[in-house]
Amino acid sequence: MNYSQEQVTELKRKAIQVRANILEMIPPGKVGHLGGSTSIADVMAALYFHTMSVNPSDPKDPKRDRLIMSKGHAVLVQYACLVELGYFGREELAKVKTFEGMLQGHPDMDRTPGIEAVTGSLGQGLSVALGLALGFKLDKLPNRVYAILGDGELAEGQIWEAVMAAHGFKANNLTAIVDFNGLQATSTTKEIFPIENLPQKWSSFGWNVIEIDGHDMVQILDALEAAKAFTDGPSVILAHTVKGKCFAFAEGKAKYHNAAMTEEEYKEAWACIENLKREVEA
Amino acid sequence: MRTSDSLRKTYGETLVELGKDNKEIVMLEADLGNSTMSAMFGAAYPERYFQMGIAEQNMASVAAGLSLAGKIPFINSFAVFATGRAYDQIRSSVAIANLNVKICGSSAGLSDFGDGKTHQSIDDIALMQVLPNMTVLSPCDAIETEKMTKAMAECNGPVYLRINRNDLPLVTDPKAEYKIGQMTEMVEGKDVVVFATGVMVQQSMEAAKILEKEGISIRVVNVSTIKPLDIAALESYCEGVKGVVTAEEHSIFGGLGSAVCSALSKKRLPIEVLGVQDSFGTSAENYSILLKAYGLESEDVAKKVRAVLSAN
Repeated sequence: MNYSQEQVTELKRKAIQVRANILEMIPPGKVGHLGGSTSIADVMAALYFHTMSVNPSDPKDPKRDRLIMSKGHAVLVQYACLVELGYFGREELAKVKTFEGMLQGHPDMDRTPGIEAVTGSLGQGLSVALGLALGFKLDKLPNRVYAILGDGELAEGQIWEAVMAAHGFKANNLTAIVDFNGLQATSTTKEIFPIENLPQKWSSFGWNVIEIDGHDMVQILDALEAAKAFTDGPSVILAHTVKGKCFAFAEGKAKYHNAAMTEEEYKEAWACIENLKREVEA
Repeated sequence: MRTSDSLRKTYGETLVELGKDNKEIVMLEADLGNSTMSAMFGAAYPERYFQMGIAEQNMASVAAGLSLAGKIPFINSFAVFATGRAYDQIRSSVAIANLNVKICGSSAGLSDFGDGKTHQSIDDIALMQVLPNMTVLSPCDAIETEKMTKAMAECNGPVYLRINRNDLPLVTDPKAEYKIGQMTEMVEGKDVVVFATGVMVQQSMEAAKILEKEGISIRVVNVSTIKPLDIAALESYCEGVKGVVTAEEHSIFGGLGSAVCSALSKKRLPIEVLGVQDSFGTSAENYSILLKAYGLESEDVAKKVRAVLSAN
């Protein structure tokens, strides 16, 4: 255990703030990927505010760990973390997906400090992460690489090319995290495309598999630590999550994959944030 | 003295030479290393050689990641797979991000004569030149291949190199300096200018000899950088001529011909585009049969020149 109870509570506060930042970016009427951003928010908070080595004052610090948002449509959650760390000012949040803003609809490393690659065309981020991991290994550097994948994204064949390759190259500095929320753009993953038996799939491809509740901060921290400690090859964290987590009206509904909230829903969402704050302080 | 040489073998040898001093160069191969000749690099520097298996899409995105880690990755495969199979990976992971990834499309055009249409690339230039940030190179002989391979390793940004599978006559000057973007006058002439690339450079040079006997003088220009196209040079080579012919071993759509027509659209000059018509390749027992069948011989260039003159 490399964390204290106080740190866990602080990370829970951060995760609430991350969700609040997401809300700030998509006021009523503005379309955004609420569902898949909030499902992975707790994991992202743990990564950015605890596990990863990052340096907001020097976004290109060679010593930093890298996070590749393979499920690029959920980049709102990454912006929500980066703004909290000071990679850019809060005024950018309102300008997300606008012509003047630096926060693009999908991750763009040229436009946004802290974004490490171009992703958004699904299925490519794990391969990019593997390339980084191989580069670091070649130079015998300690940097770690994290790839955030959607479960719907696992239908992309390239993911499994990367999974096989990462095992073959014993990329033990690479951790994949699957946001296992069971929903994709139009329906359940079960209905859209068969990706069942994920633990067995990854394990049979030679990966160290860790399965957790992706909203339990202690489990998240333990899983990230276990992935780091495993040195025989790459690790995958299958994080069971709820799409739209913490916003009752959106939880478990495919509709909020990419939708605009109504005024009423938006008010309700902020009320959810206030409730979460009370709960964590209780 | 050698009169012809293998472009791909030269590519492999040059990679080995480059890898000696530049430790950042890494090679990725999709199990065609004995054809692309990337295996030569693998033999010399096994720790910097990544055998990626028959998984070109992953290979292209892994190269993007290696570039983000400061490496200079070269992707190797046949031109059809390097560009077509991994197109979106090159578009998204590499070109949008403007990463320093080098793509070698080997056995390009119809040059993989035996393997037929699935393995012959008549669309790779089109796919690569439409991508912003991408540089597209098409050497006409081994001498130019060596210079280009060195230049692409030194420049920053994504580059596509299109390599013919077969030995080609040595037509360029080994002593001449080379830089990406240049076009070179191979034959002086005044009536018509022929802008040619790849194997069509030597075919056009042969055409000049045929036409000379008919009293027609053609200027042959080797356009080995298809993108960025040096439009000022293109225009200057058009000065005084009555017409323009383009010649390439690629579809007439989206290749050198399209680029030249677009660049010269304001010039009131007749242009004839020579290339593979709207069709895929086919198997043959040798390369010459295909060049003849697809109308890519010196006599075909000569016909286009006559046609462009008769349009005056």
